[in-house]
Amino acid sequence: MSAAVTILGAGVLGLATATELATRGHAVTLVDPALGPGGHGCSWWAGGMLAPFCEFESAEEPVLRHGQASIDWWDRHAGGVSRNGTLVVALGRDRAELDRFARRTQGYDVIGGNRVAELEPDLAGRFDRALFFPAEAHLDPRAALAALQAGLAGRGIGVTAGPPDDAGQVIDCRGLAARDILPELRGVRGEMLVLRCPEVTLARPVRLLHPRVPIYLVPRGEGLFMLGATMIESDRRGVVTARSVLELLSAAYALNPAFGEAEILELGAEARPAFPDNLPRIGRAAGRIYANGLYRHGYLLAPALARQLADHVETGEKPEFWHETDDQR
Amino acid sequence: MPLFYGTQVSSPMMLGTAQYPSPAILAAAFSASGAGVATVSLRRESGGGQDFLRLIEGLGVVLLPNTAGCHSVKEAVTTAQMARELLRTNWIKLEVIGHGDLLAPDVFGLVEAARELCAQGFKVFPYCTEDLSVCDQLLRAGCEVLMPWGAPIGSGLGLNNLLGLKALRAAFRDVPMVIDAGIGRPSHAAAAMELGFDAVLLNTAVAKAGDPVTMARAMAQALDAGRAAYLSDPIEPREMATPSTPVIGKAFLQ
Repeated sequence: MSAAVTILGAGVLGLATATELATRGHAVTLVDPALGPGGHGCSWWAGGMLAPFCEFESAEEPVLRHGQASIDWWDRHAGGVSRNGTLVVALGRDRAELDRFARRTQGYDVIGGNRVAELEPDLAGRFDRALFFPAEAHLDPRAALAALQAGLAGRGIGVTAGPPDDAGQVIDCRGLAARDILPELRGVRGEMLVLRCPEVTLARPVRLLHPRVPIYLVPRGEGLFMLGATMIESDRRGVVTARSVLELLSAAYALNPAFGEAEILELGAEARPAFPDNLPRIGRAAGRIYANGLYRHGYLLAPALARQLADHVETGEKPEFWHETDDQR
Repeated sequence: MPLFYGTQVSSPMMLGTAQYPSPAILAAAFSASGAGVATVSLRRESGGGQDFLRLIEGLGVVLLPNTAGCHSVKEAVTTAQMARELLRTNWIKLEVIGHGDLLAPDVFGLVEAARELCAQGFKVFPYCTEDLSVCDQLLRAGCEVLMPWGAPIGSGLGLNNLLGLKALRAAFRDVPMVIDAGIGRPSHAAAAMELGFDAVLLNTAVAKAGDPVTMARAMAQALDAGRAAYLSDPIEPREMATPSTPVIGKAFLQ
């Protein structure tokens, strides 16, 4: 049976949920005061790594489990997924970090310098040991959001500024803006840069391990790279600090000195919505369903949450990420 | 239990609040550790980290803000003042970093900043080396606690200069001292307590362990063991065997 559902928020989770519900034949209304995804939301500034195995280094088991399934979901609904894996490297004196990372993760091959050179010719001779996670993938977040939005538009679903009079079931996917109904939600600041460096070509995201500043560089094609990202317990958005830029750029330069000649196209800072355990929640608050707290795993977990929300709309059963609030206990 | 500036804390463990996989794990690690003091870095969180501070305040332990990441006297003093305002405490763990690679204290700037902050009524916990004259200068600046390093911050190398730390402990018998930085394993923490230090400050060793909560518990047990060993007057090591049972005079001698 088809249901009428209004989704608040056109970030990665709102769009994924709208897509999942629309695909299943439900009548979806998507509401966002900004009328679509953009620089006002943290989905816009994401790296777009679909890297469940690497994230498992510090994340919990659900991230690993659902993250793997997310790759196919994105391929099916948005396209543009590059399944080239992830390369993890460490500089000479931080080599112990590579062992630690390996101990805490799975799904990798330990590879030598020759294999690094085969995978990424522009890193040839720079690393004699690395971890290669072949089953991981990456996408361009802005292109993926646009593809979901276009897919919805193709079904006649646009984004409206305010909810309709007859909203039906309401699902709140507003991210950090939902702090008005979710007091446990906090912001975790992330800063990133977009670089243009035609001298360097990478086929896959490269993570550079460092005990203080782990960074990643995600290729976006045509010489573009996303360089990120800091993790700071703060909800400040907008401006990027000099120190963060120094740290990120120094790391990129250490990866390949050609990045010294890169053009800086963008500096971005956003706050990721997170609950105290850094895992997502689906629940009820202020008379509506909410889904939130995707933390640094927006693209990795949005498909799983979208499916769970759609199942919940259809069956009323409590999904895996269900969270009972105090007034419901 | 250690007494810092007239305040008795409930455990010889001070625990840092950075680098945990999540605030939930941080809270569980604190609870497993029984730590009496939480150190908080304000330098990077000040831009709006009220949520995180509220979370730390919710741990129910004494807060010790630090000036981590400060490289000059001016930065450190400003950060201390900001911390006092934000957290309503005049305790400050004073770090003035001199060398980026080792995150070693700039001992000259440290003494200067300590003098300034003590004059402004702060209760200063200086992160210092084990150098006797530096520590003497810090005490003369008004510090009533010393926090000598075991090894560089985050290195996990343990107690790098045993001779220096023993000399420091012996030189200022009545000054509460906390081994700050360099502890990687419970054995290091126990060793610090066996030497007669009053407390140990940990962060990376717990936060970056595969299982921070279990490591926090292990550290707490090690601190208890080390303290008990110190109080029980351990035997001195010697190079020759001393049989615990006399050999001569036994009924059957083989």
